[in-house]
Amino acid sequence: MPLIISLAMLLAASVAAPLLRHVAVSRRVFLLPVPALAAFLLLAFGAGPSVFQGNLPAFVTEWVPAIDLTFALQLNGWGLLLALLVTGIGALILIYATGYMGGHPQAARLYSYLYAFMFAMAGLAMADHLLLFFVFWELTSITSYLLIGFNHGDPGARKNALQALLVTGLGGMALLAGFILMADTAGTWLISELAAKSPEIIASPLYPAILALVLTGAFTKSAQFPFYFWLPNAMAAPTPVSAYLHSATMVKAGVFLMGLMLPILGGTQAWTLTLTIAGGITLLIGGLFGMRQTDLKKILAGTTLAVLGMITLLLGIGTEKSVLAAVLVLLGHALYKATLFMVAGSVDHETGTRDTRALGGLRKAMPFTAAAAALAALSKMGLPPLYGFLGKEYAYKSTLYSGSDIALTSTLLVGSAIILALALRTGILPFWKKASSAPLPKHPHEAPPSMLIGPLVLGFIGLLAGIMPFLFSPLISKACTTIVGYPINPVVKLWAGFNLPLLLSGITLVVGLLIFRFRTRIASLQEKFTPPGTEAAYDAIFKSTLAFANWQTRVLQSGYLRNYLIIITIATGALILSKLARFGSFSDLTFVNSLAPAGATIVGLMMGATLLAVIAKSRLTALIALGTVGYGVALVFSIYSAPDLAITQTLVETLTVVLFAWVVHKLPAYRSFSSRRAKIFDATLASLSGIVVTILVLKSKSVTLGPRMSDTLTEMSYPLAHGANVVNVILVDFRALDTWGEICVLAIASIGVWSLLGKRPAKSRH
Amino acid sequence: MHSSILIIANRYIGPILIALSLVALYRGHNYPGGGFIGGLIAASAILLRALAQGWPKTEKNIRVRPMTLLTVGLGLAMLSGLPSIFLGNPFMTSVWGPTWQIPVLGKLKLGTPLIFDIGVYLAVVGFTLKSAISLGFDTEEESD
Repeated sequence: MPLIISLAMLLAASVAAPLLRHVAVSRRVFLLPVPALAAFLLLAFGAGPSVFQGNLPAFVTEWVPAIDLTFALQLNGWGLLLALLVTGIGALILIYATGYMGGHPQAARLYSYLYAFMFAMAGLAMADHLLLFFVFWELTSITSYLLIGFNHGDPGARKNALQALLVTGLGGMALLAGFILMADTAGTWLISELAAKSPEIIASPLYPAILALVLTGAFTKSAQFPFYFWLPNAMAAPTPVSAYLHSATMVKAGVFLMGLMLPILGGTQAWTLTLTIAGGITLLIGGLFGMRQTDLKKILAGTTLAVLGMITLLLGIGTEKSVLAAVLVLLGHALYKATLFMVAGSVDHETGTRDTRALGGLRKAMPFTAAAAALAALSKMGLPPLYGFLGKEYAYKSTLYSGSDIALTSTLLVGSAIILALALRTGILPFWKKASSAPLPKHPHEAPPSMLIGPLVLGFIGLLAGIMPFLFSPLISKACTTIVGYPINPVVKLWAGFNLPLLLSGITLVVGLLIFRFRTRIASLQEKFTPPGTEAAYDAIFKSTLAFANWQTRVLQSGYLRNYLIIITIATGALILSKLARFGSFSDLTFVNSLAPAGATIVGLMMGATLLAVIAKSRLTALIALGTVGYGVALVFSIYSAPDLAITQTLVETLTVVLFAWVVHKLPAYRSFSSRRAKIFDATLASLSGIVVTILVLKSKSVTLGPRMSDTLTEMSYPLAHGANVVNVILVDFRALDTWGEICVLAIASIGVWSLLGKRPAKSRH
Repeated sequence: MHSSILIIANRYIGPILIALSLVALYRGHNYPGGGFIGGLIAASAILLRALAQGWPKTEKNIRVRPMTLLTVGLGLAMLSGLPSIFLGNPFMTSVWGPTWQIPVLGKLKLGTPLIFDIGVYLAVVGFTLKSAISLGFDTEEESD
């Protein structure tokens, strides 16, 4: 129950947030973070204890029984960790956002999106049904799109939002395919039941496909190589969004998925190789990307990539130790990275720039922000006694005792050293470096309290949890339990004696400081030797897709009505003939043997009128001739006792002829432009399509596809529908839904006519 | 085409056509007619008027825009399918009220299919008017 209540609160908050529009700058804005905070407390103290006891809270209700889709929620330890991060950091970010957005006229829109995103993420953390998981997964992509493109007047923001959506959205499609294959192989949709089916899934011939598809989804979401490029671009979003989605939560969704999938798909060589290689590359690429940036947010994005890569690598190793390290790194990163982003936002807000070259000496002007930044930076550098230290130590511990320890450990070491150097640049330099001589765009002063709460609280938690790691140990061990698939209870200690990991930490510090010392030289070296990233491939694919669409539109949409008519006629005829061929020969066609004199006269009249329409020299003549054909049809209907059809036909024919006459008399005189060949072609096509339709009509008399409906309908008309006119009963009762579809088509058609013809220029009235 | 004949004739023919369209609509369930036919008749009546006095004036007279008619018609038809859901039947199953004996009209049986048919009627009127007016079917075009 706590699960569904907290989800409902977040959703309601998203809907209600726009109501704050008029009070966005007033005192009542303090209400904004309340639902997030309430959800956090409910999950921590309502659901948390039962998770710790191993009694996972769940909520199940039917959703779409036809495809076996249930709204199944179950909160495991790993999900609890994510849900608490999402709601807890979310509440702090919302407080921060009220200060950051200040009097922005559309701030309420941002709050609404943020809550919608929070809802999606919390749902993702709880979802137990694969399809439900997918739904929440896609919701996070969509809300992320809206948030990156929040400043929709900026073409850059729109482009980057679209890029993030396309990359993560296509990844989502792959994920869906992977889920379907997986559920098909295992025979269950429930994540909680899939781990038991792991041997079957791994043994199945579909395993490589499942793994590739699911990992594509996870890699796109968590910005792993080769899909990393969208994340730095996503920094176009307002800073609270970057702090929340693109460092602390959404990008963790991919990692979260990998954690969930480890007991199901993991343990194979394919899993380990893919994850460690992709993770290692992302770790290095992210670090190098950060090295050559001067924008605070871009540097932070680079380190986010690096850390995500590190977590992926650790999950790839897949041992108890490495899983523990992954969870520690994830938690530590969420704490310090959200802080550093908020600090970057505050600096930007109070000084008007995020350029590291211009910033310096802010310690005096912004002492509290500086304190939070220092706490976070030290944690990010992996220095004791902060929480970041633990993650790094345990990461080293896990790689040292894995199969390919040298390669993995050295990758980790280089990555950590770069992260350390970047932490100095983002968290320390702007505050402790000597101020540059050039004045800042704004005179710096301390950020308002609302923008200090979040960074200070998170920075302080990072310190507290580092000194007293047992505070988080139930959460950590339950998260690890979910990922490894069996109960484990690791002990996390700050001081584990003098050992190899500690030595490696020392080396990391030295290398990191060296990188920091020579940062400008490394950056200028990179300027020369940076190979094009995979974004170039994305751009190429994007451009060629557009080019293909253009080409195809040019070819298919010629804009000439005659071409469309030719295509429609040929296609219809071919389809009818291919269907008819299924019903054998055409020898059983029966022609009407006898025709009543009245009928014969009408048919003769219609044929004559048709001929007249073809050879007519004026449009009006042709129109009247066609009208005659139409009335002839109405007469045929009335002879064969279908009065409803006859009346409708008469009315429609009348209206059509009058309307057409109205249009036709305004057109220029009839002139023939067609060549002889075109005329012969048209005549042949018209005759052929006439023959095809004739065959269809004749054939339909002899083919029966099933029991005849009409007799039953006629019988049931009065008793069931209280109507004696069976045509009308079918229209408004038996097949009312069809009729409704038809009047919808009318609506669409009239909108079409309107948009084509309705924009008449204003006329002079007299 | 400011034809006096049309204008005068319309005064008498217009209301008769509208009444006829309503009769066609109502009797459709048991005899030839129905919402589609009724809607076409009503639209013809209104178009005849537009032909006589121009569309802007006609629109003012009928006090409602064709697109509104179309939308209301679609909505009404869809809403008529909802009551059955509350009775546990599938969407658009017909629901019938009691039968009344009314003088002149005879037996009157009201049910959701009639509401549906009214929706079709309105939608058809809206569609026909909108399309015809978009094609320039009124006298304004003549005056330039």
